[in-house]
Amino acid sequence: QLSLFRPTVKRLFSTSHSSVDSKEMKKFQLLAHKWWDEEGEYSALHSMNDIRVPFIRDTLLNMSSNYHLGNPLSGVKILDVGCGGGLLSEPLGRLGASVTGIDPLEDNIRTADQHKSFDPVLAKRIQYKSSSLEEIVEESMETFDVIVASEVVEHVADLEMFIKCCSQVLKPEGSLFITTINKTQLSYVLGIVVAEKIIGIVPEGTHEWEKFVPPKELERLLESNGFSVKTVNGMLYNPLSGSWSWMESTSVNYAVHAVKSGAWGQSSPTEALSEVESEHPSATAGTTV
Amino acid sequence: TSAVMAVVCGRGLLASLAGRLWAGPRAPLRFVTAAAPLYDVVVSGGGMVGSAMAAVLGHDTHFHDKKIALLEAGPRKEYDRMPDSYSNRVSSISPGSATLLSSFGAWDHVCSLRLKPFRRMQVWDACSEAMIVFEKDDLDDMGYIVENDVIMSALTKQLDAVADRVEVFYGSRAVGYTWPLPSHSCDTSPWVQIELADGRRLQTKLLIGADGHNSVVRKEAKIKNVEHRYDQSAVVATLHLSEATDNNVAWQRFLPTGPIALLPLSDTASSLVWSTSHEHASELLAMDEESFVDSINSAFWSNVNHSDFIDTAGAMFRSAISLLKPSGTAVRQLPPSVAKVDPESRAMFPLGMGHATEYVQHRVALIGDAAHRVHPLAGQGVNLGFGDIACLAHHLSAAAFNGSDLGSLKHLLKFETERQRHNVSLIAAIDVLKRLYSTRLAPLVLLRTWGLQATNALPPVKVRI
Repeated sequence: QLSLFRPTVKRLFSTSHSSVDSKEMKKFQLLAHKWWDEEGEYSALHSMNDIRVPFIRDTLLNMSSNYHLGNPLSGVKILDVGCGGGLLSEPLGRLGASVTGIDPLEDNIRTADQHKSFDPVLAKRIQYKSSSLEEIVEESMETFDVIVASEVVEHVADLEMFIKCCSQVLKPEGSLFITTINKTQLSYVLGIVVAEKIIGIVPEGTHEWEKFVPPKELERLLESNGFSVKTVNGMLYNPLSGSWSWMESTSVNYAVHAVKSGAWGQSSPTEALSEVESEHPSATAGTTV
Repeated sequence: TSAVMAVVCGRGLLASLAGRLWAGPRAPLRFVTAAAPLYDVVVSGGGMVGSAMAAVLGHDTHFHDKKIALLEAGPRKEYDRMPDSYSNRVSSISPGSATLLSSFGAWDHVCSLRLKPFRRMQVWDACSEAMIVFEKDDLDDMGYIVENDVIMSALTKQLDAVADRVEVFYGSRAVGYTWPLPSHSCDTSPWVQIELADGRRLQTKLLIGADGHNSVVRKEAKIKNVEHRYDQSAVVATLHLSEATDNNVAWQRFLPTGPIALLPLSDTASSLVWSTSHEHASELLAMDEESFVDSINSAFWSNVNHSDFIDTAGAMFRSAISLLKPSGTAVRQLPPSVAKVDPESRAMFPLGMGHATEYVQHRVALIGDAAHRVHPLAGQGVNLGFGDIACLAHHLSAAAFNGSDLGSLKHLLKFETERQRHNVSLIAAIDVLKRLYSTRLAPLVLLRTWGLQATNALPPVKVRI
């Protein structure tokens, strides 16, 4: 709450050990009001909900034995890091979760707050904070059941510290969901040249290829910081239909599900990497992780 | 935080008020102390299609915690007991519609009240001997004749069963709608505002227009409607047959003035749907009961419209077919003759066709007659509406399970594409049939005679219908 009154200047030049990159913030500042135009600059993110929400939902349903009719994520506390205008926070809130959305850019939080304010159910379920991940670690140790960092890790300054902070605010055996872009020739051609410069589905300058994260690198960082990687799946955007789909290859976009090790420091040894096949796996009885 | 939140809320309220002021002269200048109640879905129109839509959503698992409202201008009707006499408004319910109704428990109620399954449909021409018979090979029911009141009774019961989720507003006519701006980037409310005749207001994330062929929702949304008034009215009545019979056949004869249909209600009663010119319809209503019964029998039995030329040509074609396909022509059954008409059961209503150019807009969807209106000659009207419901409910259920904004065009457009693809060809075909059969001109009669005979002989085509 106090962070809302902190002057913006202080946050831009905040500690050198921050995961927030000030250059990145400037890029998003210009588009802070465009989040909710479904046909606008963020249309690809809107349509990404069609695969990332079911991915999160079904993974969590498969892991739990409770099912609340009409509110599949009821009782789940989710942290949406880099929530932007709240594009992903809102569907998760509608599914019953208690969502905390954080974003270093105040204007994004303002947009997000205003958008949720008209829906009394969402207004109660979602709380937005203008903050970086590090800034909430102290007051949120082991608070969240789930962390979602979608289209964020390719913008952070220090990925390892980001992951360490995720681990600190996540409950033991909690889930971490990441979607991001691979660092390959193909991702340069499709993700930057085509997407930004040719057909313009991503605002120009949004991404820097140097900061893209190969899945192997992400897996290594996760595993060495107390996470067990459960699922890695490639994603593909079709600019003609404006829709996303899953694919085998992780050469461009991909999604990761990882679980923080249990309280005794061991992750389940027998879990094999599972592939998400369809968009609607049924909710099965809970399995311990 | 509470201070901050109060500022944000206050600014939001004032801003939404400003938005309403600019929406039109209707919006009153007053401070809103409490915002109008917000619903996830509001269905406008409590007829068979509107009520079924609300009931289907109310019984959907993914709508368990959602708020749905149904607006009906008329009063709540109690259907505790069905009167002994049959109502003159009946519908032909297809097996697909029956499946939809049973998916939320309404079909059981219909079966426990009354309905008449039929196994066969015989359709023939007044100007020739051409005939086509529809029946299912596996002796399954082709469809069911059900009184509209029976369907409404079943729907009302199922709405009562989910009263915690579905609020039905009787005696509530919507008089005004305020649409939100599609790209929500300013401070105005993103919801559809509905103003009722008594001054109450509702807000909703999705408005479903099920308010009939003169849909107010469609007009207010400025959706263009392609419409055409036929020079025909339909005369309905409840008839008693001369003698009890199995009565599991639906009969329809195409007269030059329009089709006359006899739909079975029981072993001794049938429902009449006679589409004819406005003048003839008025005459039929005015004449005494005996003359009325005579007109009906004569319409089904008389061969006055036959011409030798057509009869010969038809017979030739039939022999040609039987050479190629010995079992090509089916046995012609004779329709029952009518003895009496239920007094007070005669009524008429004008006919027309209509098709909305769009079924959806941001936060709006049209279903049933609001989206499309057809001639009763194919018995499809309400079935198209139930088909709309099944499709829209499927997409809304998936959207709810994905946490999507229910009013988003993304899934509404999928509903529109699917239904328009299905409906347009059927609606056009019904219109063409109506025009084709409204003439005595020999070439067209020959065309339709041969067409009907050919269709009757070709199993694949018949199965599709």
